Amino acid sequence: MPRIGTVRPRQPADVRVAGLGKQYPTRSGGTVAAMADVDLDVPAGEFVCVVGASGCGKSTLLRILAGFEDATSGTVTVAGAPVTGPDPERGVVFQDYGLFPWLSVRENIAYGPRQARLQRSVVTERTDRFLAAVGLTRFADKYPSELSGGMQQRVAIARVLANDPSLLLMDEPFGALDALTRSSLQGELSRIHRDTGTTVLFVTHSIEEAVFLADRVVVMAGGASHGVPGHVKEVVRIDLAGERDVTSAEFNALKRRISALVHEEVAAPAA
Amino acid sequence: MTSTEATPATAATTAPTTPAARTATPAAAPARAPRAPRRRLRVGPLLLALPVPALVLVLWTVGVQQAWELPFGIKMGFLPTPLEVGRRLVDLAVGGIVDDAFSGTLLAHLWASTQRVLAGFALAVALAVPLGVVMGRFSLAFRMLEPTVNLARPIPVTAWAPLTLLIIGYGDGSAIFLVFLAAFFPVLLNTIAGVRQVPVRLLEAAAMLGTRKAQVLYKVVLPASMRSIASGLRVALGLSWVILVVGETVGINTGLGAMITQARDQSKTDLIVAGMVVIGLCGFVADRALTGLLALATRGRPTLT
Repeated sequence: MPRIGTVRPRQPADVRVAGLGKQYPTRSGGTVAAMADVDLDVPAGEFVCVVGASGCGKSTLLRILAGFEDATSGTVTVAGAPVTGPDPERGVVFQDYGLFPWLSVRENIAYGPRQARLQRSVVTERTDRFLAAVGLTRFADKYPSELSGGMQQRVAIARVLANDPSLLLMDEPFGALDALTRSSLQGELSRIHRDTGTTVLFVTHSIEEAVFLADRVVVMAGGASHGVPGHVKEVVRIDLAGERDVTSAEFNALKRRISALVHEEVAAPAA
Repeated sequence: MTSTEATPATAATTAPTTPAARTATPAAAPARAPRAPRRRLRVGPLLLALPVPALVLVLWTVGVQQAWELPFGIKMGFLPTPLEVGRRLVDLAVGGIVDDAFSGTLLAHLWASTQRVLAGFALAVALAVPLGVVMGRFSLAFRMLEPTVNLARPIPVTAWAPLTLLIIGYGDGSAIFLVFLAAFFPVLLNTIAGVRQVPVRLLEAAAMLGTRKAQVLYKVVLPASMRSIASGLRVALGLSWVILVVGETVGINTGLGAMITQARDQSKTDLIVAGMVVIGLCGFVADRALTGLLALATRGRPTLT
């Protein structure tokens, strides 16, 4: 498969989250804290995975970074600038793809560059490059409904990369895919991250996926149903060099450690 | 082709030991036999569709000749036969058979009616689509306008007719206004529903890809609600033809509705039925033209039509 390589026009962004809190109004007129006092620093170019039980606020964190939701308290800055709303510099990959069904694969990928009013030749070049990067050149003129889930997610990734984002936000992107497709996409994402150097914040339910992909794994805990707001429990550095071997002892030791951190919380709710 | 293939296969299922069946499809017959019923259905949609209308025509003819009395007090003796209707249709189109005031006037009536339908329908679309988008997109507009819309909507368009004649007067204006009223609500309601159902995910995707505010409507909202809007247009166009006949009954000389009204005044039942047939065909052709136009405009893209 061709590499994205060489072109790296936009600098990867660093992410600073400080004292972040999110409260939702309840039906009875009160508020419930989904998340409180979340601090997180991600240096530029790092791949961070966020894991945790359902309701711990990991998706909320991502949505606040994306600009889809406002924080109730705290600050969020990306590349030094506070997040005020969605921006093409912060590309989002959703679990359910969110492709435009009436646009072909090529048009979906060209969408962002066209909105940015780039020159036609630049749009074409970028579209072709990212079509190739996710191996979908042959399917350029198909519509999303004609593709498998894995292929649709490839389109969604290419569509975001074509915008040349400085931060990639991925919300359980492989959660709906079968195991085989999932692992091949993990490999591809790993390679894309190496090639583009983009900062990635990746939310997942799968601890193995997190250990496979991340430089650091952020374990979140709590959540409204636990009686404690969601918070960062621990950050685990993954010091595995090169291509990661999911069967190695080191890999599995890390997996066990993170798994224990996640499950402690599930076993003892409302503690 | 299909029928010659299907026949031996069918024969094979019913009488597998017949030598004729064996020689016709050697060896393949047993394998193909289970699929025979599905193949037979494809023989010809026409062959399946024709018997019912043919039977209706026969019963109609016999009923008229025998002067049957049907429930609801239908006296078939007063009806023209299908043949008489056919003659009248031809005469209406090209003249030379009946030779009365209506001979050869079909095109004039058709054209007058089509113009009124198009005018009223286009006006309704031009107003209802933008209003529906605004109401579907902005909850303030929805909450302000929805009660009024739903209070006005149950008033049948036919009930508007007498008032319309008094405040607009006899003529094109009234007919076009009634068509407009009839088409307005289906387009409006379907547009609102379509716009409200646009998946939030697509709006989020558009936002994070850098869609400019002013373009969200055109790039995402309209395409995502296109299906619903299109079905509203189809319902509205069908209703337009229905209401046209009502709108043309009084004070109008040319038009299919006017023609039927005059035919009633002169007790020309064959002309009435001929007019009904033409109006039915108009509705059918208009619907096909609309779907064809929509398909053309959306270039066959999925989820748009």
